[in-house]
Amino acid sequence: MSAITTPHDLHVTRIRRSRGLSRLGLLELWGYRDLFILLALRDIRVRYKQAALGVGWALIQPIAMAAILFVFFGLLMGMDAKVAPTPYLIFVLAGILPWTLFESAVTASSGSVVANANIVRKVYFPRLIVPLAATGAPLIDYAIGFIVLMAAMALLGVPVTGSVLLIPLMIASLLVGVFGVGVLMSAITVAYRDFRHLLPFMLKLLFFLTPVIYPVTMVPERFRWLLSLNPVGGTIAALRSAILGTPILYTDWLVSTSIGLAALIAGLIYFQRVEKRFADIV
Amino acid sequence: MTQHAIQVDALSKQYRLGSVVAAQPTLGERLYGLAGSAVNRLRGKQTSRTKGEAFWALQDVSFEAERGKVFGVIGRNGAGKSTLLKILSRITEPTSGEALMRGRVGSLLEVGTGFHPELTGRENVFLNAAILGMKRHEVASKFDDIVAFAELEKFIDTPVKRYSSGMYVRLAFAVAAHLEPEVLLIDEVLAVGDAGFQQRCLGRMSEIAEGGRTVLFVSHDMGAIAQLCDKVMLLDGGQVEMISEPQQAIDRYLQIVSNWRSDPGGVFNGLLTKVMRFDELTINGVNNSKPRIVHPEQPIKLHVTGSVDRLVPSFRTTFSIFRDGVRLLTQHDTPVPTDLPAGKFEAQTEVPAYLLRPGRYTVSIGGYRDGMREHIWGTDLMDFTVSEMWSDNYDPINLGLINLPGYGSRKTEHNDAITSNPGSAAA
Repeated sequence: MSAITTPHDLHVTRIRRSRGLSRLGLLELWGYRDLFILLALRDIRVRYKQAALGVGWALIQPIAMAAILFVFFGLLMGMDAKVAPTPYLIFVLAGILPWTLFESAVTASSGSVVANANIVRKVYFPRLIVPLAATGAPLIDYAIGFIVLMAAMALLGVPVTGSVLLIPLMIASLLVGVFGVGVLMSAITVAYRDFRHLLPFMLKLLFFLTPVIYPVTMVPERFRWLLSLNPVGGTIAALRSAILGTPILYTDWLVSTSIGLAALIAGLIYFQRVEKRFADIV
Repeated sequence: MTQHAIQVDALSKQYRLGSVVAAQPTLGERLYGLAGSAVNRLRGKQTSRTKGEAFWALQDVSFEAERGKVFGVIGRNGAGKSTLLKILSRITEPTSGEALMRGRVGSLLEVGTGFHPELTGRENVFLNAAILGMKRHEVASKFDDIVAFAELEKFIDTPVKRYSSGMYVRLAFAVAAHLEPEVLLIDEVLAVGDAGFQQRCLGRMSEIAEGGRTVLFVSHDMGAIAQLCDKVMLLDGGQVEMISEPQQAIDRYLQIVSNWRSDPGGVFNGLLTKVMRFDELTINGVNNSKPRIVHPEQPIKLHVTGSVDRLVPSFRTTFSIFRDGVRLLTQHDTPVPTDLPAGKFEAQTEVPAYLLRPGRYTVSIGGYRDGMREHIWGTDLMDFTVSEMWSDNYDPINLGLINLPGYGSRKTEHNDAITSNPGSAAA
């Protein structure tokens, strides 16, 4: 399928059976950016519209989660001492925020094509927009959470170092992993609905393989590679280090990002293979 | 050389029967299937994978649609109309063949695609327009027109879940009506809304075509097809039956859909089918070999011939006319059930002129023995279309299921003391 310009300056749409990677169409995706924004906005609006606390929920959830983890792991299990001088509450909040972004974005992406079946069956647009737009709402939540974290750090007197300059780059690499796994999962979920049930379980498992509630340094050196196989683990650890001004483990970050990138490429290829059947099977 | 707006060449689409299941295996099914086929292979049996029967939803369809014209596509359910639209609007891919479309393509397979109940009218307009392929600035510049077309200025910031279904459809269509692609694909969307709104939508479609753009219009509504289309393609069984002027294609379509005599046994049911047959039903003397277009000023005479093998005591023949599944009226051939002697019989009834509004009607006939002990019944045996007309007895604004010829009356008492003009509010 291609769009070329004729001498009459009219767009020509050619429809035929596609072969190979002809339909990846990342350029076409850019042409549909308005739709991407509006779909993301829809999810955000709908989420908070009926809730009395509105966007407040984006604050309450990570704070409550961090508080629970602080009580159980920080106080009762003595993790507080292991991450000193950083307060464990800040430590765990800095980790739970990007993890929540990953977890909720992947969950939303994975169900997104099925959730938007009414549109997918009736109108053409690059299908990739659907899982990508599903990342919008979690991203906004993350931004709000980030502000809370900054406020909490100021309140508890945690200093900010020069490594915060790396944060944008780290968030970008985190998004690679988020999109990668999200796109892959969205296509797999359409093809095999079982993944709807399997995914929460896999995410729970991955949560413990991600240094959120514990510092990477607690893991014995010979098991460290297990953590690196995680498409976001190294990145989340690096991001937290950059925020808290602790030493950044660049190798872990790089490995994680590479795995995230591999997931993204595999996801895009698999997605375009399944995509043409969406309307028939969704 | 004229360049056609739509050029379709040998387009085909194949589905595998049972693919509803096969295309959507759960992981378990897939594993089970693998195990099963391995076992079958050991036993030397054919695996189920190779057995799926091919079904051509569309086969070797070719046509061209000229720029600035309305091209109609008609056919029975399952004839391939929707598949064609889905391929042209790029929702699904063809199995083989090719289609070329010159210009921006907009497709309207339903109104209000992607409307979200929690969002306001305004938010939904922007979202729906983006889904249909409009750019944000385009929507922004047309927004006021869209809202005005829908007549929803006051409710535009209300969530659409609080809209009545009429308001919902009006807003949805208003967005669609402001799409301005060079090629517009439309599926049956006019089946919604009241007649007045439908007329406005039809008007809007004519405008679109007159503006030099091309419309491909799929519908079951022969009235709309006749009114709008310059050329009509009739599909049957996934293949092109004919491409012609609207009237010929409609005639052929009506023949296809109402060919009830081909299998009379299967059409009628009830205990009386054992001894009784209806042979021919005519509407104003026209049987199902010709289209039945009825003008509003003529009465509609339903006539049926049949035969019985033995005497059927106290029997009445029943005629019913339906519109969109609603039974509009029923009439019988005799005031009370009377004996029907063995042999041939004829029965008839007449619907007065100007009673039915324009549109497509179906006729069901049958009969029963006193006390409903035995009956015979055939549903939707034949259809007829009441055409449009403009007269005092048939005012197009007299919306409704049935028509009352003529007008009511008005009485006024002029009073100078009241200065305001009550007519101005309605004007």
